[in-house]
Amino acid sequence: MSVPADIGQRRAAPFLNWKRRRSVLPGFSLTMGITLFYLGLIVLLPLGVMLTRAAGLGLDEFLRAAFNPRALATYKVTLLSAAEATAFNACAGLLFAWVLARYDFPGRRVMDAIIDLPFAMPTAVAGLALSTAFAHNGWLGQYLDPLGIKIAHAQPGIAIAMAFTSLPFVVRSIQPVLEDMDSDVEEAGRTLGATEGQIFRRILLPTILPAVLAGASLAFARSLGEFGAIIFIAGNRPFDTEISALLIFIRLEEYEFGAATAIATTVLLAAFALMLLTNLVQSWHQRYLRRG
Amino acid sequence: MLPTMITPHKPHPQHRGWRQRLLIGAAVLLAGLFLLVPIIVIFQQAFAKGWAGWWHAVSQPETLYAVGLSLVVVAIVAPINAVYGLAVAWLITRFRFTGRRVLVALVEVPFSVSPIVAGVAYLMVYGSNGLFGPWLEAMDLKVMFAVPGIVLATLFVTSPFIARELLPLMELQGIDQEEASLSLGASGLKTFVRVTLPNIKWALYYGIILCVARSLGEFGAVSVVSGQIRGETNTLPLQIDLLYHDYDSSGAFAAASILTLLALISLVLKLVVEAHFEQTAKEDG
Repeated sequence: MSVPADIGQRRAAPFLNWKRRRSVLPGFSLTMGITLFYLGLIVLLPLGVMLTRAAGLGLDEFLRAAFNPRALATYKVTLLSAAEATAFNACAGLLFAWVLARYDFPGRRVMDAIIDLPFAMPTAVAGLALSTAFAHNGWLGQYLDPLGIKIAHAQPGIAIAMAFTSLPFVVRSIQPVLEDMDSDVEEAGRTLGATEGQIFRRILLPTILPAVLAGASLAFARSLGEFGAIIFIAGNRPFDTEISALLIFIRLEEYEFGAATAIATTVLLAAFALMLLTNLVQSWHQRYLRRG
Repeated sequence: MLPTMITPHKPHPQHRGWRQRLLIGAAVLLAGLFLLVPIIVIFQQAFAKGWAGWWHAVSQPETLYAVGLSLVVVAIVAPINAVYGLAVAWLITRFRFTGRRVLVALVEVPFSVSPIVAGVAYLMVYGSNGLFGPWLEAMDLKVMFAVPGIVLATLFVTSPFIARELLPLMELQGIDQEEASLSLGASGLKTFVRVTLPNIKWALYYGIILCVARSLGEFGAVSVVSGQIRGETNTLPLQIDLLYHDYDSSGAFAAASILTLLALISLVLKLVVEAHFEQTAKEDG
């Protein structure tokens, strides 16, 4: 069988030979030991124990706990709000990334810095601030309330909190791509008579789409797991504005550990499926970046 | 055409069309309303009754205790995760071995786990009816609803932060300098301290800042494992939640203002580190 030379080199090492490329650097066993010990104890043991517990529940109990109407309602509102937040962030993130990468204006560096604010700010503080700002008599809520738009203690509040906490993901994945991209290409299009709409659709969008998708999938994943920011603003009514993470918390407070485990496992498996998808999108993105 | 010189990014000034003005205006408005208003609200509420009111609210013993506990947790978590991050980065960027890619994926797992789910997982291990629960009880050790549980949950949530900053940089830098140092007779440890660490120091600082900011603010995982015992296992974010639900909103906002201030400090430190990053990148050519 003929195998390309480089694949042969990379794959030919004996299966049990851990150190494949011989390195003169020391510290393999030490760092491998630390990494495996820490990963095992801090990350894998708890998740493994939880999955084992969930498997031990039996299918019937698992389904009753994780797929009853109240739990289903939380999945629905969590997914819907995360989708809204992600759609908003895809647009807002694109706007910020575009303005920061392409225009020079007073305050650009400040804007660049405060984009990271949602990551630096504790989620509970963000939730407290947003629920105050969007309350019916708050700084922003007082203008929205007469228009009949209710944000705090309603479903839009959940989406707002999710959008706030995950905005930097989208901006920070689009921004470097726009910075690397020469505006020559657009100008060439313009001199050839393309309209602005055509330039956006035919030149810009195809280039930045992988980055938008990569950022959006990270933002979506973060939104699904968000807890601190949301519980302050959501109102937390069952079947209405109760998110999955909160239902897990409520089940724990009721000492319903089986039910909490079942819902937590459902959320965890959904997150893993999403992570797989994100990795696929990101490897597409990476391939794209390398091509350029 | 001649290849263009690679220069650090700076947008070229163009003539300002209406489209540009419109987009900048929209971005400034959105940043102001969506990102700045929340911070201003926190400080405005916290200082509604002036400095004296703020100090009165902050100086409740339970809030001060929560500040102390949060700092203790950070002081334990950040160094442990720095050692782990360095070990992971060294292992993954300096050696090629079977399962390397799987290891990278495993290191990033905590990013995609909801903090609440992480809390439940820890409860299943160390809780009274968890895997080690009976054994811990027999030994009279308390992990859940106590400080060790808070530390463990925070370690879980923040474990990838430092590793993720170090990995791409160390991969990029390669091993030439370290190989040279070793061939000149330096020991492995000396090579690491004298050659590797200076090269990655800014990325390490950057990762530590992110790790500290997240440790201070972690809420979901900690709220599951802490039991929220006043003056005992309440970190600062939990104390905010508790005060808010006690209808002590001035206390909640005062506590929140401390965390917001710490967040702003971490942003400034991040900018400083980024500036150094850019400078070293320029010096390296």
